[in-house]
Amino acid sequence: MFYREAGDFNTSYAQDQQTFPIKFDRYRYYLVLFVAIFVIPFMVNDYWVNSLFLPFLIYAIAAIGLNILVGYCGQVSLGTGGFMAVGAYACYKLMTAMPDVSMFIHILLAGVITAAVGALFGLPSLRIKGFYLAVATLAAQFFLVWLFNRVPWFYNYSASGQISAPERDTFGILITGPNTDAWATYMFCLIFTVGSALVARNLTRGSVGRKWMAIRDMDIAAEIIGVNPLRAKLTAFAVSSFFIGISGALFFSIYLGAVEVGEAFGIQKSFLVLFMIIIGGLGSIFGSFAGAAFLVLLPVLLKIVGVDWLGWPTDIVAHLQLVIVGGLIIIFLIAEPHGLAQLWRVAKEKLRLWPFPH
Amino acid sequence: MERDSVKDQADSYVTDDGRTIGPTVMEMKNITLRFGGVEAIKDISFDIREGEIRAIIGPNGAGKSSMLNVISGFYVPQEGEVWYKGAQRPPMKPYQVAQQGIARTFQNIALFEGMSVLDNVMTGRLTQMKSGLLAQSLWKGKAEREEVENREIAEKVIDFLEIQAIRKTPVARLPYGLKKRVELARALAAEPTILLLDEPMAGMNVEEKEDMSRFILDVNDEFGTTIALIEHDMGVVMDLSDRVVVMDYGRKIGDGSPHDVRNNQEVIDAYLGVAHD
Repeated sequence: MFYREAGDFNTSYAQDQQTFPIKFDRYRYYLVLFVAIFVIPFMVNDYWVNSLFLPFLIYAIAAIGLNILVGYCGQVSLGTGGFMAVGAYACYKLMTAMPDVSMFIHILLAGVITAAVGALFGLPSLRIKGFYLAVATLAAQFFLVWLFNRVPWFYNYSASGQISAPERDTFGILITGPNTDAWATYMFCLIFTVGSALVARNLTRGSVGRKWMAIRDMDIAAEIIGVNPLRAKLTAFAVSSFFIGISGALFFSIYLGAVEVGEAFGIQKSFLVLFMIIIGGLGSIFGSFAGAAFLVLLPVLLKIVGVDWLGWPTDIVAHLQLVIVGGLIIIFLIAEPHGLAQLWRVAKEKLRLWPFPH
Repeated sequence: MERDSVKDQADSYVTDDGRTIGPTVMEMKNITLRFGGVEAIKDISFDIREGEIRAIIGPNGAGKSSMLNVISGFYVPQEGEVWYKGAQRPPMKPYQVAQQGIARTFQNIALFEGMSVLDNVMTGRLTQMKSGLLAQSLWKGKAEREEVENREIAEKVIDFLEIQAIRKTPVARLPYGLKKRVELARALAAEPTILLLDEPMAGMNVEEKEDMSRFILDVNDEFGTTIALIEHDMGVVMDLSDRVVVMDYGRKIGDGSPHDVRNNQEVIDAYLGVAHD
């Protein structure tokens, strides 16, 4: 009834290939963007930014990155935490080595460095698939964390072995360190999140994306139509790691400020991002956002309901969260392997015809 | 429809139904393919001429699919040479063969199930799409232009094979006969020099076979595509093809026009069996 495409005609292939071919979707997207840019920054305080918006925006980038690799190219990876650590440490080394360069450049460069590392660890994917590849990326996870723990050069020989972000500004506005404004860090992350989503969407609807999906769906047939599997898989690893590196750099420099590598970027981080894309939807940019929002919101919501309203002890609530996430993973894998994004698609299909389904 | 035996010497000739068959575009010379101790293909030579429909037939296990896999680069033969467009082809990977203009379909459908029909057909254009990662990530300039240009070609193929109505449907939802057609569309979208069809009519009913035959003839006629096909339905093979290679136990036992092949005693023996005394 209200969601429909009647009278909405695309008259060229360019129009048909745009991101939101249906007018209603397009307007809703503009509305969300408008609220995110012009409304939220004026309303947020430190609590909302630090407990909700920053983790959501940063995890969304990581989820987009992992979704490109797992959801679009079909290469399972458990190395997300390790690659986020590469982004964080690259960002730290760049920040301390070149204090005068804009943070934008540092974050992007951290992404590029992570892309190179990701492509390197993607090399085994040419020979092994599925579970075996997952184990190989697990090795990357443990190796990278070990490396950043053991080689003092990476943490500038600091006594604690931690890295902490010095104060840096962009266009005169402070965005790292303890004295930042809530809206500034929010906007900084928002720019990267929106940019990542746009780039990921453009790549996945074009010829590169079709190469990845061809490899995912049937690698032999992909090769027979002229896809070089080596290049397709390595570009997937590189692009995926680029986004994950950016998210790691933001996670360290903007969100946490100080990082102990094993704690912040351990194996549980890899699983968290993997859960996000499983719940959100494999092979969907929207799903990456949905999954990130869900897993960031869930603990906050549980805390409000459980601790604040019902007065349960915090440890019970924390364990309850594990139970719920675990249960949901199983339910989604069995009932809806394409996650929240697929539920959303089905809802839209139904809404097109509602209330007259025939 | 009977055709005269082929004039081997002439560079090009005109068939009874008015199509021009050009000079040799691909030649297999003394191909031998072994898997361990098993010889799948034994010393086989034959050629494919430009614009013709060339059938490869034979009983089960004769080595027909292996032959197709040699042409498309999946298998590298232990002995023999593959000549393509007048030059000997070095051993190459399947994707390099595809980039040289050889497209194929599979005996068991090998479509990308997670993608729509349109995306599947567009994958056929991948060898032609050259814009870089950076251009594509911005979706401006060359990337967008290239996408639209290739979409036009893909749409022509979709029109041609009459699958417009399902272009946005996920392939996984399609029935078998349509999937076969989509796979043909994907191969055709590459605008191949040679199109290899591995049992295009397997598992189809009579109407679907007639449809598919018509498409194969139309493709050959309108685009001038050279077609090499494997098929078990003798009626179809005899009607469609200009020349037929017959294989049995990895050997070539017949080669020539459908009429010649049908009257070849060795071929009859292979198909009907022969009494040993």
